[in-house]
Amino acid sequence: MTKIDKVLNASTDASSRDELESAVVRFSGDSGDGMQLTGGQFTEATALAGNDLSTFPDFPAEIRAPVGTTFGVSSFQINFGARRIMTSGDDFDVLVAMNPAALKVEMSRLRKGGLLILDTGTFNDRNLAKAGFDKTPLDDGTLDKFRVVAIDISAMTLESVKTFELSKKEALRCKNMWALGFVYWLFGRSRKTTQEWLTGKFASRPDIANANIAAMNAGHAMGETAELPDGIHGFHIAPADIAPGLYRTVTGTEALAWGLVKGAELASLEILFASYPITPASPLLHSLARMQHLGVTTFQAEDEIAAACAAIGASYAGAIGITSSSGPGIALKGEAIGLALSAELPMIIVNSQRGGPSTGLPTKTEQSDLYQAVYGRNADAPLVVLSTRSASDCFEVGIEAVRLATKYMTPVMLLTDGYIANAAEPWRLPDLDAYTPFPVEFRTEKEGFHPFLRDDKTLARVWAKPGTPDLMHRIGGIERSYDTGHISYDPDNHHKMTKVRAAKIDGIANDIPEQQVELGEASGKLAVVGWGSTYGPINRAVDNLQKRGKNVAHIHLRNIWPLPKNLGALLRSYEQVLIPEMNNGQLITLLKAEYLIAAKGLNKISGQPFRISEIEDAILEILEN
Amino acid sequence: MNELTPPVKRTAKDYATDQEVRWCPGCGDYAILKAVQKTLADIEADPANTVFVSGIGCAARFPYYVETYGFHTIHGRAPAFATGIKLANPELDVWVVGGDGDMLSIGGNHLMHVIRRNVDVQVLLFNNEIYGLTKGQASPTSRAGTRSPSTPLGSVDNPVSACVFVLGAGAKFVARGVDTQQKDLPVILKRAHQHKGASFVEILQNCIVYNDGVFADITEKAVAADRQVVCEHGKPLVFGADANKGLKLNRDTLSIEVVTFGEEGPEAAGVLVHDETNRTLAGMLAAMDDHHLPVALGVIYCSPAASYGEGVAALKAEAHKRNKNADLASIMHAGHTWTVSDA
Repeated sequence: MTKIDKVLNASTDASSRDELESAVVRFSGDSGDGMQLTGGQFTEATALAGNDLSTFPDFPAEIRAPVGTTFGVSSFQINFGARRIMTSGDDFDVLVAMNPAALKVEMSRLRKGGLLILDTGTFNDRNLAKAGFDKTPLDDGTLDKFRVVAIDISAMTLESVKTFELSKKEALRCKNMWALGFVYWLFGRSRKTTQEWLTGKFASRPDIANANIAAMNAGHAMGETAELPDGIHGFHIAPADIAPGLYRTVTGTEALAWGLVKGAELASLEILFASYPITPASPLLHSLARMQHLGVTTFQAEDEIAAACAAIGASYAGAIGITSSSGPGIALKGEAIGLALSAELPMIIVNSQRGGPSTGLPTKTEQSDLYQAVYGRNADAPLVVLSTRSASDCFEVGIEAVRLATKYMTPVMLLTDGYIANAAEPWRLPDLDAYTPFPVEFRTEKEGFHPFLRDDKTLARVWAKPGTPDLMHRIGGIERSYDTGHISYDPDNHHKMTKVRAAKIDGIANDIPEQQVELGEASGKLAVVGWGSTYGPINRAVDNLQKRGKNVAHIHLRNIWPLPKNLGALLRSYEQVLIPEMNNGQLITLLKAEYLIAAKGLNKISGQPFRISEIEDAILEILEN
Repeated sequence: MNELTPPVKRTAKDYATDQEVRWCPGCGDYAILKAVQKTLADIEADPANTVFVSGIGCAARFPYYVETYGFHTIHGRAPAFATGIKLANPELDVWVVGGDGDMLSIGGNHLMHVIRRNVDVQVLLFNNEIYGLTKGQASPTSRAGTRSPSTPLGSVDNPVSACVFVLGAGAKFVARGVDTQQKDLPVILKRAHQHKGASFVEILQNCIVYNDGVFADITEKAVAADRQVVCEHGKPLVFGADANKGLKLNRDTLSIEVVTFGEEGPEAAGVLVHDETNRTLAGMLAAMDDHHLPVALGVIYCSPAASYGEGVAALKAEAHKRNKNADLASIMHAGHTWTVSDA
């Protein structure tokens, strides 16, 4: 292994860089090391360089975990390339480990021959012991299968910022920028956006801003001038071939907030967004709280139940009520959601799924609330369930949720997950004027009015909001007469109303797109059926195997309930069906129950997204047996 | 030329719906319904702009019988629904109705928060110290020792005082009335309606089936004058069949005691003058629930402050001012963007 102990005068011009199609880089360090910021900056610079990309922030549940521990490790992963990037990547090509704990946690996923960048300045006895190393892994052969760039980043950072006379603590906090500068050099990235960002972020402390910039420049200069081991002289990744247009990076949280705002605008409604803090759903509340000038009122309620109830109250009063939470919070909202669907009021419930049951794995992703979304209420209580497949997809699904909720006077459960909420990807900005408005028409006509008067076609009831002259009426959770809307305990009426509520939701299948095949033919040997954030790994795995001549197709569901009306026939046109899910098998149960099909499950319940190779292996096992 | 139709003065009857009222014969809720309908007529409430919101329980059936908009929601959560309604349309006049189980047990949390936020609604708590609709179990306001199907040997829980609870939550308007006091109740309800922000009215209500006579020691004709003190702002806190008793502050124990006065009059005897803006006094009056002291009725506390709706409106105005030109498109285009052109 090679250590860089001094700066050598070796220059590297761009033409001598190694050409790569794509790379997976993982920045990993202590929670206090600023890895999420570092990753975010690298993402922007990479997007601006024209690569396609996908990111995966992976951080601990503890806000300030004890320094140097393995459970305090915070990581940010980015996969970027000259081709279409579908996932945040499997094994890493480059791992930046800022301390022994990060190395301990992450090194098993650095590929053989991968580049390992270490801050040797943190490899002291105390940190090694905290990370669970008996002896230093730097020279005992542990790292032999990697190409190691071992640098005392801490010391070099202190050296690079000494003219700013910061405290040692402040100076050491610049070391993430040193590492970033080095990785910028490694991939030939511009430092401009980060320099601007630092200047803005520390506008009131120019010394801190300049120190961070100096550290970044020093890290970059190290790459420029140092001779790296094994003939590493930086990498070049050409811009991806992506559709022309104006792009930005977007997280699922941002895209969903904007989609909901756009949806409400198309419906000519104001939004009341009522929520209670919970990981990983809170960022949606934060995003919308900053958009109160765009017809949004946000309300941080006293609990999950109050948030759901306030949203329903707002819908009753003529706004679109939206509430948001994660699995445990959605469970608390269940009774209120039952009222919304029984009183037939529009409502949107966003579920940013996380590992469970109970508190489970709050910061890790999972898709285990499908049962809860479709079935999780007392009695026969159908509603609409939509799912999002990626960060940018959240925008379209947000709009669709508003459309269906208001057109059909029903709650809509919108399933996203912790991964989508935090992950970023490039997004071609849509033309906001191209969407067709779907303005709500409130009932104002007194003649023939009763509150449960229905549209013959959609079966939606009229929406008459308080404040409307002559339409005073009372509604609630008690069963009401189909014919008058008044309270009714009549047995036949309850039977009829239960059937009508179900028929209304079932009928929405006629108002959503037929299920398309993402990749491959509409019949064949094997369909891989997914939903939600497994889109990327499934799509890439199927694409890879199709290129190897395998007869396999990818089908991905947005509409979980009601299901697209052609789905049963479509699934039956394949010899076999494989359903990968980040749960113990929920969509598979739903599809088996609905269509009596045979299907195999592939289940990963580790709080981590699927790896492409895991899905490829499962496909090959089916096709080859 | 069109002739203007003169506005029709509505009567209490105009606020009754065509639905058959389904409380037990003799229930105190009938009296409260009558007082509310009279109040609505007196304040000339616009039925189209008025909303009654309730949770679950006997009291929560109330909206079905008032010819306004009404929303019968789920157990305990009416204050949260009402908050959502007011946030969506601050112009609506919203009344929240519930019982002691609804608002102080399952919904205690929401009552606390609608009060402390000072949402501009009227909260009417019908307190009968029992669960009626579920057939007579002890409630959070039941007195210790209450025998009920769920507490056959008597309850061991201590009751909560509704008015003390809401004062603790920061209530700006607290009043107490009695279901059958048809003269006084509409006066209290009008004051509650007039108050901007959350107004809380506890109404002592007799459950004729499961807790009949629970307030008899306060409301029976023979004892009423000695067991009730009516709080009137600026007037001495005097009570008794002979109007010769008053409430006095014992400065040594910082507590209220009863003083009997003669011809010298209440002032000379040191009887307290009711100041409805005095929160400390309100706390002491609200807490009077043992047999040595009368029960305080009327407006115990009224000290208006900015309502939640005013605060939200101010924040929205500020958001508009700060983001004058930031429409959705400009937000989406903010930050780093890049153009991919045709190759």
